[in-house]
Amino acid sequence: MAKRSKRFEVLDQRPVNKDGYINEWPEMGFVAMHSPYDPKPSIRIENGKIVELDGKQASEYDFLDQFIADYAINKEQAPVSMAMSNVEIARKIVDIDTPRKEVLKIISGITPAKMVEVINELNVVELMMGMQKIRARKRPGNQAHITNLKDDPVQIAADAAEGALRGFAEEETTMGVARYAPLDAMGLLIGSQVGRPGVLTQCSSEEATELELGIRGLTTYAETLSVYGTEKVFIDGDDTPYSKAFLNSAYASRGLKVRFTSGSGSEVLMGSSEMKSMLYLECRCLYVTKVCGSQGIQNGSVSCIGIPGSVPAGIREVIGENLVAALLGLECASSNDQSFSNSDMRRTARTMLEFLPGTDFIFSGYAAEPNYDNMFAGSNFDAEDFDDYNVFQRDMQVDGGLRPVKEEDVIYVRNKAARAVQAVFRQLGLAEVTDEQVEAITYAHGSKDTLPRDVAADLMSAEDVMKRGITGVDVVRALQETGFSDVAKSVLSMLEQRVVGDYMQTAAILDHEFHVMSGVNTPNDYLGPGTGYRVEGKRWEEIKRIPHRINPMDI
Amino acid sequence: MQVSDDLVKQITEQVMRALRAQEPESREGTGRKENGLTGSGNVPNTLFKMDAARHVRQVISGELGDDDVPSMAGRKRINERRTDYSGYPRAAKGTDPKEVVIGVGAAFQREIKKTISGIPLEEVLSNVRAGIEEEGMTSRVVKILDTSDVGFMALEAAKLSGSGIGIGIQSKGTTVISQKDLYPLSNLELFPQAPLMTRETYRRIGQNAARYVKGENVTPIPSVNDPMVRPKFQVKAAIMHITETEQLDPELKAVEWNG
Repeated sequence: MAKRSKRFEVLDQRPVNKDGYINEWPEMGFVAMHSPYDPKPSIRIENGKIVELDGKQASEYDFLDQFIADYAINKEQAPVSMAMSNVEIARKIVDIDTPRKEVLKIISGITPAKMVEVINELNVVELMMGMQKIRARKRPGNQAHITNLKDDPVQIAADAAEGALRGFAEEETTMGVARYAPLDAMGLLIGSQVGRPGVLTQCSSEEATELELGIRGLTTYAETLSVYGTEKVFIDGDDTPYSKAFLNSAYASRGLKVRFTSGSGSEVLMGSSEMKSMLYLECRCLYVTKVCGSQGIQNGSVSCIGIPGSVPAGIREVIGENLVAALLGLECASSNDQSFSNSDMRRTARTMLEFLPGTDFIFSGYAAEPNYDNMFAGSNFDAEDFDDYNVFQRDMQVDGGLRPVKEEDVIYVRNKAARAVQAVFRQLGLAEVTDEQVEAITYAHGSKDTLPRDVAADLMSAEDVMKRGITGVDVVRALQETGFSDVAKSVLSMLEQRVVGDYMQTAAILDHEFHVMSGVNTPNDYLGPGTGYRVEGKRWEEIKRIPHRINPMDI
Repeated sequence: MQVSDDLVKQITEQVMRALRAQEPESREGTGRKENGLTGSGNVPNTLFKMDAARHVRQVISGELGDDDVPSMAGRKRINERRTDYSGYPRAAKGTDPKEVVIGVGAAFQREIKKTISGIPLEEVLSNVRAGIEEEGMTSRVVKILDTSDVGFMALEAAKLSGSGIGIGIQSKGTTVISQKDLYPLSNLELFPQAPLMTRETYRRIGQNAARYVKGENVTPIPSVNDPMVRPKFQVKAAIMHITETEQLDPELKAVEWNG
């Protein structure tokens, strides 16, 4: 083609054409919903043991098969469920006359390969319908990422306060420099409680560090317990399903809420997909997660979204794997947490699949800072999308978990959070936070607007926190002693949750009075029109109050 | 029959006459690609391919037609062969306390010659080594053959290092600085976004690694972040990582590497 079409030249420059796409290539795992190498569903039970699973005899099991065969499948239910046709089960998932509980009972008796075939019967609208009906908690929720390029713990506190005010029920941080973890966890804990009491926080870091921060009460939940769909990838991560179960128990023993992380594409990226579809491998992850005793999962490809996003039906697969989590009775924090496309249209379309039906956490994390500051390498939505998101909620009368806020309120909570961290650091003898830093962070959009920190001094302080054994109780005391008694009370209440333990139930979040709302005490009871969660009353009025409405009196 | 210029001319003229008499869509077939002839003048400027006409017919009649991108389905490896490193000396544990060991990926400078952002791997190595030497320390390169996970590569390099400080570099460019007694998934510094790496970053990685050896209070290289790296590069990253993983030879563990 010597001479080019001007229209194609325009189209070639469109953001969507900067994304990566590839043909299906099952041998390398580049296949979303179904691979010709996926096993056929089968089960054989002898003397109460599953001796054949999805075409494999017990002697051929890898450790995932073994784990799943031993613990994941309800052996009484299996003969009934496995005898049902795929389409019959698929219909029950969307049928408004079949209660969620009954669907979960049927699902408890099917194998991973059968699950793949059932999900393949559902188109995206049906998958969304399934999610609306099957998700655990009645009211949908949302989670934020709170990070910045400088790993500045004061900015983390301010962004956490703003994010909490905006409605996020959980907030997660991570670091560019891993050793910042203790300071950033403290900033997040303090800031979140300034913004809205009851927000849960966590610090994604190396597993042993993350556990220690949790045990010390510097975080209030954990999320970064990764599982994989093939034995090879598990082993590469120096792990097994059994080690993950132990780690989960370690958190549980100290009363911390935990969810696991998995998602399609990781096995492809690690070069060990065993030629299986992304959906099949993710089903294995989810069965393992359930058996490990985790109440929930963060899934939906998560950080590997570029892989399912590159193949046909990849985004259908993503909502598909979210639904599988819900079908297994797991809390689902449904990803949307990683930059996915150069195209605003494409990234929005992808999120609608979870936003419209509602999930336990639509994002598992929404970047509550500009994406240049997002240290999870960018989220699908960021702070600059807040108003777009608020308008989506208002346009469609959908609860996406956020609320519009006033500028002066945001400035107030950001300043208070920054000052609280300044006071706590001073009280505990940690790195200095200057008044100028507090001022810059109060009014900042991102780390380009803040002052530099003394990184070497911060890292020495971070080490000091770990060496001195500083805990959540020390943070409470420091807040109390420096005049932040309301924040101290909130942080203390978060620590009390660890003793009460109710927030370890499936899909639990806390309201501003620390009441638990979970899949147990506020279960999703959707059964078609007139049932389930509806956006109404005060919540609807709140969603309506977006900024930039016309005041007719001004005209 | 002898092939002469006259004969060619004669046939050409017959073909041209036949084509002009046909439907317009057939006339499109007088493109340069098929017969070396230009159009009759009735088709201004643009030279159409016979392919396009045929393809349009296929598309409107509901057939798939040809695909520009070949299917890879059925192919189980990216490189058919695995490079044999059994003749290379096994990587030894160093004793020099000034040494930083650089552990490179299995496909480094063989199946893969450039990082994901196009920096030749020779230059990656020369910059890291120069950075180490500028700080007065020494470097040694090994090729890690039992893992392609950059965290474990760096840790293995650190364990082989006389100083206990090591650098892991995947062939796509992802880099970690590690220390021998760290948890496997922890690190001193991690550079997860390979497409953002520059020659200068590699030089500074060498410098910082050397400073850790000297026990200095090191300021980590500031993080960089481009949220659109994932959609642009993740597929390429997967293909490069598969290429690297295919070349593993776990029994050899690691070998000394001089490029």
